[in-house]
Amino acid sequence: MNDLYPLIFVFLMALSMLIYVVLDGYDLGVGILLRRASDAHKDEMISSIGPFWDANETWLVLGVGILLVAFPQAHGVILGGLYLPVAFMLIGLILRGVAFDFRVKAHDDHRKWWNRAFYAGSLLAAVSQGFMLGIYLLGFDYSFASVVFAAFVGLGLAAGYTLLGATWLILKTENALLDRAVRWARGSLWLTGFGIVAVSVATPWVSSRIFDKWFSMPNLLLLAPIPLLTAVLFFACERQLKHMIEGRPHRAWLPFASAVGLFVLAFVGLAYSLFPYLVVDRLTYLDAATAPESMKVMLIGIAITLPAILGYTVYSYRVFWGKTRELSY
Amino acid sequence: MDPLVLARIQFAANISFHILFPTVTIAMGWLLLFFKLRHRATGEKKWMDAYGFWVKIFALSFALGVVSGITMSFQFGTNWPGYMQTVGNIAGPLLAYEVLSAFFLEATFLGVMLFGRRRVSENMHTLATFLVAAGTTLSAFWILALNSWMQTPAGFEMIGGQAHVTSWWQVIFNPSFPYRLVHMLLASGLTASFLMAGVSAYQWLRSDRAPAVMAALRTGVFVAAMLIPVQIFVGDQHGLNTFEHQPAKVAAMEGVWDTERGAPALAFGLPNAKDRRNDYAIGIPKLASLILTHHVDGEIRGLNEFGDRHPPVAPVFWGFRVMVGTGVLMLGISWWCAFRLRRGGEPSPWLARALVGMTFSGWLATLAGWYVTEIGRQPYLVTGVLLTRDAAAATPVPLLGISLTLYLTIYALLIVSYVSVVFHLARKRKLVDRDAEDLGQELPQ
Ligand code: HDD
Ligand code: HEM
Ligand code: HEM
Repeated sequence: MNDLYPLIFVFLMALSMLIYVVLDGYDLGVGILLRRASDAHKDEMISSIGPFWDANETWLVLGVGILLVAFPQAHGVILGGLYLPVAFMLIGLILRGVAFDFRVKAHDDHRKWWNRAFYAGSLLAAVSQGFMLGIYLLGFDYSFASVVFAAFVGLGLAAGYTLLGATWLILKTENALLDRAVRWARGSLWLTGFGIVAVSVATPWVSSRIFDKWFSMPNLLLLAPIPLLTAVLFFACERQLKHMIEGRPHRAWLPFASAVGLFVLAFVGLAYSLFPYLVVDRLTYLDAATAPESMKVMLIGIAITLPAILGYTVYSYRVFWGKTRELSY
Repeated sequence: MDPLVLARIQFAANISFHILFPTVTIAMGWLLLFFKLRHRATGEKKWMDAYGFWVKIFALSFALGVVSGITMSFQFGTNWPGYMQTVGNIAGPLLAYEVLSAFFLEATFLGVMLFGRRRVSENMHTLATFLVAAGTTLSAFWILALNSWMQTPAGFEMIGGQAHVTSWWQVIFNPSFPYRLVHMLLASGLTASFLMAGVSAYQWLRSDRAPAVMAALRTGVFVAAMLIPVQIFVGDQHGLNTFEHQPAKVAAMEGVWDTERGAPALAFGLPNAKDRRNDYAIGIPKLASLILTHHVDGEIRGLNEFGDRHPPVAPVFWGFRVMVGTGVLMLGISWWCAFRLRRGGEPSPWLARALVGMTFSGWLATLAGWYVTEIGRQPYLVTGVLLTRDAAAATPVPLLGISLTLYLTIYALLIVSYVSVVFHLARKRKLVDRDAEDLGQELPQ
């Protein structure tokens, strides 16, 4: 029984990280795309994420919070090993978060600077997160090869976020901006696909442990659905986007759904590569777990609040359902 | 440089920046709810206009509070790993409950509160406003429970170098918690109301005397005038509680080196840590003993009794005087102004300028108070349980140096931007108000 608590908590942590990546992913992606948009479109794009970004980021607080409170030892090692990239990510999130408000409230002359901060903050946060993932996978090795690999993962994740962002805009926008969003989505889909392939090839190459985990029998067969499904989603998304460019706009939800699907699959693959380690080859989730008594106390809180959180999250998405309208207080 | 010192500076810089914004938002949420309810009760448009203006400043403060809070949640583990290792069983659940019960609530309903006015019913919008205000207050509840527990730990036992809970009730409602929670919520009320009064006075001085401005001015001044005497009373009670549980801190606040009966309250003095005395001290005889023990000859234990287990004196001593001094100034100005404003009066230009000068006085007193509290706890991180130096991480100095420089740069930039945007919005209000009127016509009221 006492081994069950840590298992529940790794699951919850992974779940909130996944929710975070998908949710904040689309709004960071919209932020990255901002640079390519005209001023009028910028307002519309930001309106589409305005009501959500704060709650989206709270999933990061929860994920890191669970790491801190349930696996304190791993928290120290992981965040200590990622000290500088974490600082950069936080600076990015700070810039992006405050730009929401400053860009509409500051003096008109400063507005373009806050727009730039919005874009730069989103990109910095996205790349840093990918970089962190890369370094984390390699057990906090900062050799030249690892840093290059991690930088690659950073760009790949940023591409994935733009895909989420662009497909989100397909859902939320109309007319000229919608046309642009479809094109952005197509571009970023190819970039993302390239990123997924590159990272999937490079990872077993740089980590022999992961290589063994994937490329031994019968794992290879059992895991085959992950890359296959990824390919299916990729081409479904590509086909749908092509239809949309040709002027057949039905099924607008499909690109976003397949982008989310791609993230989920990548995440499952990663989770498989790592499990049961929280820190590669050093700390398993069982070694790092805190006392069962405090996990029990937290689980009570989670059991009560998580359904409520999910409930009012759904409510808030329903309130702002459909195409975005101009935002004002 | 010593990594411990850098880690402390970094933590202090981050939390000091963070707290500026929660102190505004916690109480401002309730003030906005008040505006809405007044509007519903009276039908007067000025309340909704005031809401329309102040919700912008609220949103701005909230965004700054959120992003700096996210930074905080990464710092516990990175800067103080020994903290979670020793008291994680207590800190963990309290932090978790804060995220689960408060952060999601406020963050989700903030969207509905800010942008949902034309999408949800009026009742639902009022409810969303209430939930945001309640969420911020709830988060203060949890984080202060933890902080108070670090000051006056209770309800646990140490087994193998780790704290294990024996009673959650005693952990949460530890001896100093009620005082700290009330004192902090009042501090937030004062910070928000002086901000409101100061910005409105600025608009008044610029001849913007629309009903909405006057409504906000009066709300700010009257709320401040009501809260400050309560705050002074609570602060005094809080001091008595600290005297009982953390005598070394009080000795530092009062600058008492040797145990004394009938100790004076120092109006001025320069604590001299080298010779362990106060230079140029001017004291009011017996007052400190009278305040703390309610007896003119009561005994106050001096710093020398605590060996080296007492906090650095000067910052605690001065922090306390800055806080109390600001509090007295708040009392004078808010009462004088409330007197002028009673029955629909107007402030005088000088009084308005004084209010403008006090716009951010709440920040000053709050930071000073927190510095007294936190520095006064040194050398402990958790009183009597864990020393600060035993909790620190072995982060290499260059990493700390780079990240600290980055944070400080960005914080300086953001504070300057925040203050200038608040006043920029105040100047722009007339245009904004016209927008709000258009909006008002669309709304079925
Ligand atoms: C007395 C109040 C108070 C204090 C002492 C603190 N906070 Fe705070 N915090 C709040 C009151 C608050 C708040 C009112 O709930 C905020 C600020 C503005 C806001 O939007 O929410 C918030 C936001 C906030 C957020 C973002 C929440 C979100 O996503 O909505 C995090 C992660 C933290 N805080 C974490 C911390 C930590 C780790 C602290 C201690 C070291 C801390 N805060 C001190
Ligand atoms: C919000 C207002 C707060 C302010 C302005 C504040 C300020 C400070 C300052 C100035 C220090 C450095 C003291 C020193 O090293 O001499 C400090 C340390 C610290 N505080 Fe706070 N604090 C606040 C709230 C909190 C809360 C709510 C917690 C925990 C729940 C907390 C936990 C800590 C910890 C872990 C340290 C580091 C160890 C130490 O130096 O004692 N603080 N804080
Ligand atoms: C004027 C009379 C006041 C008195 C006698 C007073 C007393 C105190 C005392 C004794 C402490 C430290 C307690 C401890 O750490 O053990 C404290 C802390 C604090 N004070 Fe005050 N205070 C006064 C006014 C104010 C004002 C006007 C504000 C803000 C607007 C304020 C904000 C704070 C804050 C934020 C803290 C730290 C949090 C806490 O420990 O509760 N105080 N005060």
